[in-house]
Amino acid sequence: MNDTVGIVIVSHSGDIAKGTADMVRQMVGSEVKVSFCGGNPDGGLGTNVSLIIDAINDAWSSKGVAILVDLGGAETNSEMAVEMLEPERRKLVVVCNAPIVEGAVMAATEAAGGSSLEQVRAVAEELTAG
Amino acid sequence: MLETSANGPFVTGKVALVHAVGMHARPAVKLTKLAKRFQAQISIRASETADWINAKSVAKVMALRAPPNSTIEIKAFGEDADAAVAALIDLVSADFPDRDP
Repeated sequence: MNDTVGIVIVSHSGDIAKGTADMVRQMVGSEVKVSFCGGNPDGGLGTNVSLIIDAINDAWSSKGVAILVDLGGAETNSEMAVEMLEPERRKLVVVCNAPIVEGAVMAATEAAGGSSLEQVRAVAEELTAG
Repeated sequence: MLETSANGPFVTGKVALVHAVGMHARPAVKLTKLAKRFQAQISIRASETADWINAKSVAKVMALRAPPNSTIEIKAFGEDADAAVAALIDLVSADFPDRDP
């Protein structure tokens, strides 16, 4: 089977991150790797750079990884996580400018067809461009 | 209602949307995923007056918001256009069953 772009979901809320990943798996299927992280270790809201790196590793694919985020810190921490990857992996990871739930479902749908990372990102960001 | 015809370079078909809630998110994802398996250019529309949209664009297919019992028109162009139209008609008429990828 051809590798497909992996999807990472980063929310301030662990429940939102998990719920979004569940929606992707149920609506799109299991052929796309989806990982998620959200919340801080105390069970509160937040995002964490090392957990984001773990999620990127879990969803890793030779075609790359698309990250969907919710608000502010989720985006800056995701960008920081990408910066901390090895240079050759860094260019295979993008943070999408898209709504987290809709973007994740659409990105995964595009990824399932074997599309490139740039195509997956463009589809996720189609929602924002309108 | 199922019909297909070779109309010029295009293969076209029509199928009634029997899904209870119409073309919403889950059916849209299934239709897009199936369309992407074919090389052919595939367009669909939900009424004769609507613009044709790319069946491989999940955002556009979701935005169709076709109501239940509307007729989905399909047209395809390319080497596997026949198979593409037949497969999409099959998916819609069978009410978007869950299948293995």
